[in-house]
Amino acid sequence: MNQVTPITRATTLKDWETDQEVRWCPGCGDYAILKAVQRTMPEIGTAPENTVFISGIGCSSRFPYYMETYGFHTIHGRAPAFATGLKLANPNLDVWIVTGDGDGLSIGGNHTMHLIRRNLDCQIMLFNNEIYGLTKGQYSPTSRVGTTSPSTPYGSVDRPAQPAAFALGAGSRFVARGFDVSKKLPEVLKAAHSHKGAAFIEIFQNCIVYNKDVFVDFAAPKGAEDRQLWLENGEPMLYAKGTKGIALDAEALHLKTVDVVDGDWQAAGVIVHDVTNRGVAHMLVEMRFGEFPMALGVLYDDPRPTFEADVWRQNAAAAEGKTADLQSLLKKGQTWTVAEGGPDL
Amino acid sequence: MATAVVDEADKRQSPLSDAVVVRFAGDSGDGMQLTGGQFTLSSALAGNDFATFPDFPAEIRAPQGTLFGVSAFQINFGSSAIDTAGDAPDVLVAMNPAALKTNVPSLKQGGLIIADEGEFNDRNLAKAKYDANPLEDGSLAKWQLLKLNISQLTMDAVKPFGLGNKEALRCKNMWTLGLALWMFDRDRAPLIDWLNAKFAKAPDLAAANVAALNAGHAYGETAELAGPLKQHHVDPAPAAPGLYRTLTGAEGVALGLVAGAQLAKLPMFFGGYPITPASAILHHLSRLKEYDVTTFQAEDEIAAICSAIGASYGGSLGVTSSSGPGIALKGEAMGLAIMTELPLVIVNSQRGGPSTGLPTKTEQSDLYQAVYGRNGDAPMPVIAARSPGDAFECAIEAVRIAVQYMTPVMLLTDGYIANAAEPWKVPDLTAYEAFPVEFLTEVPEGGFKPYGRDEKLARPWVKPGTPGLLHRIGGIEKEVDTGHINYAPANHQAMTDIRKDKIDGIKVPDQVVELGAEGGKLAVVGWGSTFGPIHQAVRRKRAEGADVSHVHIRHIWPMPANLGELLKSYDKVIVPEMNTGQLKTVLRDQYLVDARPVNKVSGQPFTIAEIEAAIEEALK
Repeated sequence: MNQVTPITRATTLKDWETDQEVRWCPGCGDYAILKAVQRTMPEIGTAPENTVFISGIGCSSRFPYYMETYGFHTIHGRAPAFATGLKLANPNLDVWIVTGDGDGLSIGGNHTMHLIRRNLDCQIMLFNNEIYGLTKGQYSPTSRVGTTSPSTPYGSVDRPAQPAAFALGAGSRFVARGFDVSKKLPEVLKAAHSHKGAAFIEIFQNCIVYNKDVFVDFAAPKGAEDRQLWLENGEPMLYAKGTKGIALDAEALHLKTVDVVDGDWQAAGVIVHDVTNRGVAHMLVEMRFGEFPMALGVLYDDPRPTFEADVWRQNAAAAEGKTADLQSLLKKGQTWTVAEGGPDL
Repeated sequence: MATAVVDEADKRQSPLSDAVVVRFAGDSGDGMQLTGGQFTLSSALAGNDFATFPDFPAEIRAPQGTLFGVSAFQINFGSSAIDTAGDAPDVLVAMNPAALKTNVPSLKQGGLIIADEGEFNDRNLAKAKYDANPLEDGSLAKWQLLKLNISQLTMDAVKPFGLGNKEALRCKNMWTLGLALWMFDRDRAPLIDWLNAKFAKAPDLAAANVAALNAGHAYGETAELAGPLKQHHVDPAPAAPGLYRTLTGAEGVALGLVAGAQLAKLPMFFGGYPITPASAILHHLSRLKEYDVTTFQAEDEIAAICSAIGASYGGSLGVTSSSGPGIALKGEAMGLAIMTELPLVIVNSQRGGPSTGLPTKTEQSDLYQAVYGRNGDAPMPVIAARSPGDAFECAIEAVRIAVQYMTPVMLLTDGYIANAAEPWKVPDLTAYEAFPVEFLTEVPEGGFKPYGRDEKLARPWVKPGTPGLLHRIGGIEKEVDTGHINYAPANHQAMTDIRKDKIDGIKVPDQVVELGAEGGKLAVVGWGSTFGPIHQAVRRKRAEGADVSHVHIRHIWPMPANLGELLKSYDKVIVPEMNTGQLKTVLRDQYLVDARPVNKVSGQPFTIAEIEAAIEEALK
């Protein structure tokens, strides 16, 4: 199976829905993400039978039960490891990992890092709600300092992980961001799918019960244009209806926001987004919301050879010209024969 | 021969005739394992039966000359059946004071010490905590002592090759091997070939090592007339006709897994993480790409098993391997494989525990962990190999059960089996019955049920990518037949019962009596690598007229159907184990038999004498 042949087929949204009752809390952001994925799949054009959703444990990880594809709801934090074995066994499969901030960055942070480092061809959707939902509301590794929760009644004191920065630091060749109810989420998903390699997507997701509206500062429709920077490859980094942009402070070597007068973004020094610029990507994932708008869309996309393809290539090269004759393998090395009636030396 | 001709062995008159135990001991940098390994090969080529016991420290390069840095390799070879690496050495080669101090207590009275006196300087004596030089103070009087300045003799021999001091001294082990070859009348040619091949890229080193080997051999010839050194020829051991090779347990497992995958007509995926003493299996398999083997060195033990389960889900034979601490980490994933009913082989090369324990020493203390060590009611088959050759057979059996019953299976070996070598009669693969896997590829009559069952209670194996059979699996309780999530009380009861019935119903061969009779005064019941000492001890006691039999259990879970009746046919049952009594407890629980423990937890295998003593005690 050296040649990976994409299996494509015309489908509709309905083809991707299961008959299972969806069991997330009413109003949960997961519903919107599920719909966005189900809506995106026909546009991607892949076949349900060739698609596998693999998840760990947590609210987000129930996702596979609701997708009419192959699905594997595994154990806490380990979805990347199952995905790695599956993809090595069959590189033809289209593998999607569904994880959360606790599953993917706390108990499973190690596996997330190594999957990204190896660059296994798959999509990783990390639903970040900054809380443990399924265990009833404890703070998570992405919770902001001071988050009060059943396990931190006086507020959390540890500093949060930044998923996109973590992914890029682990060597990711594709980093994107979106949020649950965003109309642009399908575009982000499509870009992730078209990237060959580990595509990391941080999806901000509203936990209506335990961390309601934690992203409302930038996700609320009202004033969104002032708070969201949607990145487009080859386009200037503009927001606030083109009145503001992101520029490089070349002296201090960091990003800054600039005012754009009369649409002359060039004069303001606004950067044109190049998805292959790793240096700028490092700055984008570190850009603090508040001082800056929230960077969304495809932050970085620069493919490299993928792990499973390299493994298959090496296996094939090592096997080339050799026959799988186990009987002769058993006889390999120094042997001796014992004849009837005694040793024959 | 430890496995190949067990039946033959019993017919022989004197099991003790002409067997010799030699132990090579030195600093961990002295190359004792290599010396032992090559001496083993020469024993094999001489047609002797043998068993070996490599015993080395956990540190790669322990501080030179220290007591804890001593590395030893023991070989027992002879012209009759050899089941163990021998209780006490006849010959001890001690390359420094520390090696002498740690090993001489086990030397047979009157045994021969060959010591490199060049290393018995004040510094090394102090490191070994000797107040006086034992080679001079008469403290070794109950043994024969041959002190040679092996260091100097080696330096002299390799002088023409212009090596530095350090490199020249590295040839000491070949000088010693040369002497050992002479002592036991062995052919040098295969070793010289091996050295030339090993140092093909450094002809000077090859020539120096060959010169050292020849010099050691020549020394034996010239020194014979004077001291305690005598040449001793050990005749070839009778063995079943056929082609033989040496095999370690790690090789046995690796080759058996490949054979099992071929018999199942499946590609193999091996997910592993480096751990002593299991890593050798990963090393062997990683070279076998042409056998449709993919190996994956994962980021940790958990990822290793999870990737293997992922591969099994994708239609490969998933295999993972580790030792005790790593197996503990894999526990949750084993539960998932049980819940999702996917085939998987988990190899546990047991070592001394708990925790990090004794990484390079042997123990059998993971039996509870194998049988019971998971959350929930999580039944899983367990098979234990008794020897390197048996590891090959057991690996095939583990694959067969895994794919036929859609279940994870644990294969137990231990540090002793993994490292030790024995002569192995190369099996004829055409004699093994294939068990090709049939994946479900289309909707069967009556509709597709992901958790439907065949007559063995196994569910269908469907590869993702198959049209028409889309379904979801996971670790939440499954609904009978459909495999949907279901928390209902009656369903959980039904599924728990099905999982238990499936494993209980696995067909395993009836238990045989290895030596002796069904019924009688005493059964010695063992499992795993204690086979050798138990077998020899029972053989000796039977030769003395004792009513004692040897029963050795391969299928630890589920146990053979006739085992309970068999055990009840003896007046007494003793269970020697390298743990505090784990099989004993399982036997008592399963059959209410009064199995009595015989335990040793020192990191060292049982000696034959220890088992004999236990038999005598039980028959009192």
